[in-house]
Amino acid sequence: MRPADTRRWLLHGSIAVTYAVILAPVVMVMVISVFRQEIVSFPPAGFTLEWYVNAWARQEFARGFATSFQVALLATLIGVPLGTAAALALQRSRIRGKAALNTLLLGPLAVPGVVAGTALYMFYLRAEFWIDRDITATLQGLVAAHVLLTIPWTVRLVSASLAGLDVSAEEAAANLGARPLTVFRRVTLPMMRPGIVAAALFSFIQSFENLELTLLLVGPGRTTLPVAMLSYLEFRVDPTLAAVATVQILLVAVLMLVTDRFVKLSRVV
Amino acid sequence: MGSLVLEALVKRYGASTAVERVDLDVRQGEMVALLGPSGCGKTTTLRMVAGFITPSEGRVLIGGRDVTRMPPYARDTGMVFQSYALFPHMSVAQNVAFGLEMRKVGRAERDARVMEALRLVQLDHLADRLPRQLSGGQQQRVALARALVVNPAVFLLDEPLSNLDAKLRGEVRMEIRALQQRLGLTTLIVTHDQEEALTMADRLVVMEKGRVRQVGTAEQLYEDPADPFVAGFVGRCNLLEGRVEAPGRFRTRAGDLLLCQAGGDAGEAILALRPERIALRAGGEGPARLAALTYLGAQTEYHVDFGATRLVVIGATPAAADPLRRLAAGDAVTLVWEASAARLLPAAA
Repeated sequence: MRPADTRRWLLHGSIAVTYAVILAPVVMVMVISVFRQEIVSFPPAGFTLEWYVNAWARQEFARGFATSFQVALLATLIGVPLGTAAALALQRSRIRGKAALNTLLLGPLAVPGVVAGTALYMFYLRAEFWIDRDITATLQGLVAAHVLLTIPWTVRLVSASLAGLDVSAEEAAANLGARPLTVFRRVTLPMMRPGIVAAALFSFIQSFENLELTLLLVGPGRTTLPVAMLSYLEFRVDPTLAAVATVQILLVAVLMLVTDRFVKLSRVV
Repeated sequence: MGSLVLEALVKRYGASTAVERVDLDVRQGEMVALLGPSGCGKTTTLRMVAGFITPSEGRVLIGGRDVTRMPPYARDTGMVFQSYALFPHMSVAQNVAFGLEMRKVGRAERDARVMEALRLVQLDHLADRLPRQLSGGQQQRVALARALVVNPAVFLLDEPLSNLDAKLRGEVRMEIRALQQRLGLTTLIVTHDQEEALTMADRLVVMEKGRVRQVGTAEQLYEDPADPFVAGFVGRCNLLEGRVEAPGRFRTRAGDLLLCQAGGDAGEAILALRPERIALRAGGEGPARLAALTYLGAQTEYHVDFGATRLVVIGATPAAADPLRRLAAGDAVTLVWEASAARLLPAAA
């Protein structure tokens, strides 16, 4: 074999291995979800869709899904505008201490979810005492916590897309007679759109699949899907969870594909 | 349309000075080029006219109106950016219409003027395309149309040709000049390319390190440069250091006595000789030796070692008829020039 062939072979080989490592768990989950036997083992005793039926029949998953969807949507709607405003300030304004502010805004990514969840839980308890109102186990409390998840992602993605923008397009608009607010509305904002859409998508996914931060903040009847799945796991280990996970994976995949139709995600992320 | 006046314009950034007292008077319908190497302050000057940079001192007047403290949107300048700066999410027609929209021009008139401007740059058939679907040259013409459609008082061009390939550059250069003359636009263009400045502008402003070195027509700058920097930047020039001994007599550092223009006081000076003003003869007793020769098609370029300096000489045209191209490196040659061709410039400060 010529050296060039060897190199190409090695390159393709390592790409294949990388993809295999990344995709193996996902594929395994999907495969297991149609195994017939209750305890996962190889070879499969047969294939069935009964776990999907079971997942559908159990109310906690349907309700968990509804709650997760609601929380993720609200957290995205609140967090993305906040994060976008922060990114604009970081990239375009002349405020002092930008580096410190940036670190602070990205902070939630560095704090382990369980730690942040515990801290939030204790804070909520204290706050409940002060304002004499429930916060833990309420939708508002959950959404507020998840906004924390969406802000760092939004700041990162929108900052990156802002940094890549040609400032002279904004100058051209000003040169043509547009006042600062008009420049922002007609030129800056539309040019930021890919970054904002990507930020919204990733914020939604982050919130939707979050477990650690959420664990202590949910209450009876208001459980998110990941928490519902964890509780189920405490009592039973059967492919029902794999079925639920598969539905979740497909949902996220569809979401990304649809988004990619409007905004080329590969260009932003 | 109006005139453009810069009065003692200064821009400082902390301790460093980007632009040092620039005075300039661009007449109605005139095209003036700011020419200089990068970092000479030409772009800073242009951006102070557009209003993107606030001057530290001095005034900018457009059509007699002091606009020094006005924001860009109130200045009525039309600028073409180096990167074209088209709005990527708007069609060609929407890009061109933007300035008219800002001026609250009615729908019908707007559409008519957009089409007229696009016809002017021969892009009316691409009105519905997005900028990214156009070639570099086409994007450039959209940027031109967008700046021109609002009839700006002053037309500003920031290195408008630097992103085009060499062939297109020549074409667009002529197009811009023709448009500018036809519409009688008061124009300021920034460029680092002397050929661009020489071919397009009525007058050139040569800048270096924030200062204006010389203002004049292409011919004035070429034939009568004020200092060695201008001589070397506008066209090619051989520069020899030395001193004037007597009227018409120049002694180089190496000690050779050369013929130069009369006038000029005795003392340190620099002798400037354009390559095409020197005639080359084979043979001779002097110190000049041919170092290299390059056949360039239209003419042959000779590099001659003269003492410690290397001089460039352009041979006779056409090159095929130039008897000297049979010479070889190392051959003795004689350099001949008229006294008036050897100009005396002040020694570099």
